[in-house]
Amino acid sequence: MVDATSGPENFVPAAEVEEAELYHPKSWVTKYLFSQDAKVIAIQYSFTAIGIGLIGLVLSWLMRLQLGFPETFSFISQDNYYQFVTMHGMIMVVYLLTALFLGGFGNYLIPLMVGARDMVFPYLNMLSYWIYLLAVVVLLASFFVPGGPTGAGWTLYPPQAILPGTPGNGLGVVLMLVSLAIFIVGFTMGGLNYVVTVLQARTRGMTLMRMPLTVWGIFTATVLALLAFPALFVGAVMMTLDHVLGTSFFMPAIVKSGELLPYRGGTPLLFQHLFWFFGHPEVYIVALPAFGIVSDLISVHARRNIFGYRMMVWAIVGIGALSFIVWAHHMYVSGMNPWFGFFFATTTLIIAVPTALKVYNWVLTLWKGNIRLTLPMLFSIAFIITFVNGGITGLFLGNVAVDVPLSDTMFVVAHFHMVMGVAPILVVFGAIYHWYPKMTGRMLNNAMGQFHFWVTFLGAYTIFLPLHYLGFLGVPRRYYEMSGTTYIPESAQSLNGFITIVALIVGFAQIVFIINVFWSLRRGKEAGPNPWQATSLEWQTATTPPGHGNFGKELPVVYRWAYAFGVPGVKDDYLPQNLAPDKIEYQDGYSGPKAHELEPAH
Amino acid sequence: MHVALAVILVLVGTILFHFLSPWWSTPIASNWGAFDDTITITFWITGAVFIAVILFMAYCLIKYRHREDRRAEYEPENKKLEIWLTAITALGVAGLLAPGLFAWNKYINVPEEATSIEVVGQQWQWTFRLPGTDGKLGRTSTKLISPNNPYGIDPKDPNGLDDVLIDDSELHMVKGKPVKVLLRSVDVLHDFYVPQFRAKMDIIPGSVTYFWVTPTKEGAFDIMCFELCGRGHHAMRGTVVVQTQEAYDKWLGDYDTFSKSLEEANNETPTKPVRLAAKERTATR
Repeated sequence: MVDATSGPENFVPAAEVEEAELYHPKSWVTKYLFSQDAKVIAIQYSFTAIGIGLIGLVLSWLMRLQLGFPETFSFISQDNYYQFVTMHGMIMVVYLLTALFLGGFGNYLIPLMVGARDMVFPYLNMLSYWIYLLAVVVLLASFFVPGGPTGAGWTLYPPQAILPGTPGNGLGVVLMLVSLAIFIVGFTMGGLNYVVTVLQARTRGMTLMRMPLTVWGIFTATVLALLAFPALFVGAVMMTLDHVLGTSFFMPAIVKSGELLPYRGGTPLLFQHLFWFFGHPEVYIVALPAFGIVSDLISVHARRNIFGYRMMVWAIVGIGALSFIVWAHHMYVSGMNPWFGFFFATTTLIIAVPTALKVYNWVLTLWKGNIRLTLPMLFSIAFIITFVNGGITGLFLGNVAVDVPLSDTMFVVAHFHMVMGVAPILVVFGAIYHWYPKMTGRMLNNAMGQFHFWVTFLGAYTIFLPLHYLGFLGVPRRYYEMSGTTYIPESAQSLNGFITIVALIVGFAQIVFIINVFWSLRRGKEAGPNPWQATSLEWQTATTPPGHGNFGKELPVVYRWAYAFGVPGVKDDYLPQNLAPDKIEYQDGYSGPKAHELEPAH
Repeated sequence: MHVALAVILVLVGTILFHFLSPWWSTPIASNWGAFDDTITITFWITGAVFIAVILFMAYCLIKYRHREDRRAEYEPENKKLEIWLTAITALGVAGLLAPGLFAWNKYINVPEEATSIEVVGQQWQWTFRLPGTDGKLGRTSTKLISPNNPYGIDPKDPNGLDDVLIDDSELHMVKGKPVKVLLRSVDVLHDFYVPQFRAKMDIIPGSVTYFWVTPTKEGAFDIMCFELCGRGHHAMRGTVVVQTQEAYDKWLGDYDTFSKSLEEANNETPTKPVRLAAKERTATR
């Protein structure tokens, strides 16, 4: 079906694949519970992820109470402390951030942004959520078994993870490993959906190089997930076998309490390689969607095209590819062959280059823009500050020699919280303020949002900046308490107390956000279909919120890239992707190039 | 406007904190100043980038704040600018990496004149073994560990007979003499770290890892375990005492060799439990 309007600029290629028959649910159960609609699945993922994230947040308070005021809270034993550390880390990285960015944002935004009615495998998509929920339930069950949850650190290093010197070394660690395996199964199902939908279900005219960067970020992250999670899967299976069947994949000869254990010949280093082969791409699985989303937030709210879109795409893909050859920078002092240090330090510092380019391009999008200081923009600005800070400390740690004094200190903790905890979470908030009007038809309350933003940004920065300096001092991570040394001054303990207070304040401030989300459902200002005047397809749906099938009777047809902001000669300061060229209103007397001549190569 | 101001205040606050903070590296007591120097270079280069990016962003927030009558400039890309930025960044990154790799090269190549000592880590204590008069450490194996042979030394290896067993948590070193620290664990991963030395390496059960260091200041320094090793990880402490050669030789005389310990074991009741830290010593500070 070719457009009948005249002129080559109106040409849109014919559809390559027939439109698939969309599944229509009949009952309440298949509409809202076991739904195959990606938007419902997205909300299910998001609520579950944020729910377990709140548990992770409470665990962090308990950890901070112990660190800030040791010997005050007698209910936090050393066993408990290591269990809190472990569960907080695993929950936040895997069950919150990965699930929220891919399962939450991916499901909601990908079909809408590429102009599809839904994901290409809706039944598999529905299953993926329930399997994720099962993984969460199994993980939470480990809190209630004898011995409690594992206290082996989120990195679960053997041999200690499965030996009696570590809390939760019985059923606790087994449930953790089983939960991870279930999670990976579910995320493979979801991941196939996201990748294939982007590759196969884009609407007419939506070439890959016309997709918003949000899609590029989530798509690349999903490819990474499909390739990296298997390494964790096999590591988890092998460790479970070591524990339950007495194999020796990771277990050398060990003497424990005077007894020579039956293990022989395994090496703990193998687990570390498998874990970090997954673990490093994992942090980019969290970061790349954040990169993509923040690009769109900045662009829309600065009313300017993202600067260097094609370079941004290549940077995302390049970072994704490079992320597979840097993993052993987590193992510089592991005792692995020291020659690896040269290789991995080089690749790690190389990956800094495309990452820095993205930072420059975000800031260059603000330059010569027309910046609206809306809440999504505020969160984007805060992201840039915290991400540059966190990325820079990564350069310290990535440089192998510098990692020798800094590894396993609070510097590492400060680095990964800033770059993975603070920065992407700021993007999550910005994204929710941005897309809430599309999902609900209402704006989030601005006053509550301003309070939430300033407390969260300034508070989180205040928590993690000083921690770097404790790291330089040599304060170790994963210590139940740090008294009895000759080199750590009293002031460091006072600092820990101060940080704890700030952490509690920031934590409680999130209540305001949660209240805002529910209050605005009924009382928020009505938003209309496109309150931010954005160009991408999710804002051009037939109804708000989008109904089943997303776009009404006709799928949209795309004529341009997603960043037609401030196009010269055009009356409006933005052009939606699906606005036909002959419908564009130009300024009176404008005789320069038409909009379609100004689009970059696609 | 107030947002740009807040951004600038965050930047200024960060810089002030850096210079006013009392929390900084504990004074170095070893030859690994190259690590501290690389950190300093990194701070200068990345600090400059941090300041430049944040200030530029604040400038944009002021100059380009929303005005109804204004339009953003439409500029999809600028090849020249992007190439320049890539080149400058690559140069900056290379400037960080080069000193770091040189320092790492030094770290993994042990000087000829270094003497070897062995650190044995186990949940949750440190003990040590010195090579004795022959300068060689005897072969060990976890499978040989027993109540009479807590270090697991092979009694058939002649090199091991004169090994000196430091079975408490205080290790002594001679100021100015390079030492290759061999690291062994009998159970789980550990990491031997003295913050003033700036040198560490994980200990892997089933392997022997190493690092080398030359202590440059006399004094007593904390040994901390720097790889999570179970519930007692934070309590796995020891002390390194750096002293003159004379004082060191005097200290050494208090300890048994492996062959002496075997003799004593034969004279004692065989039901002695395995405890590597058999002797209680008050730490000299």
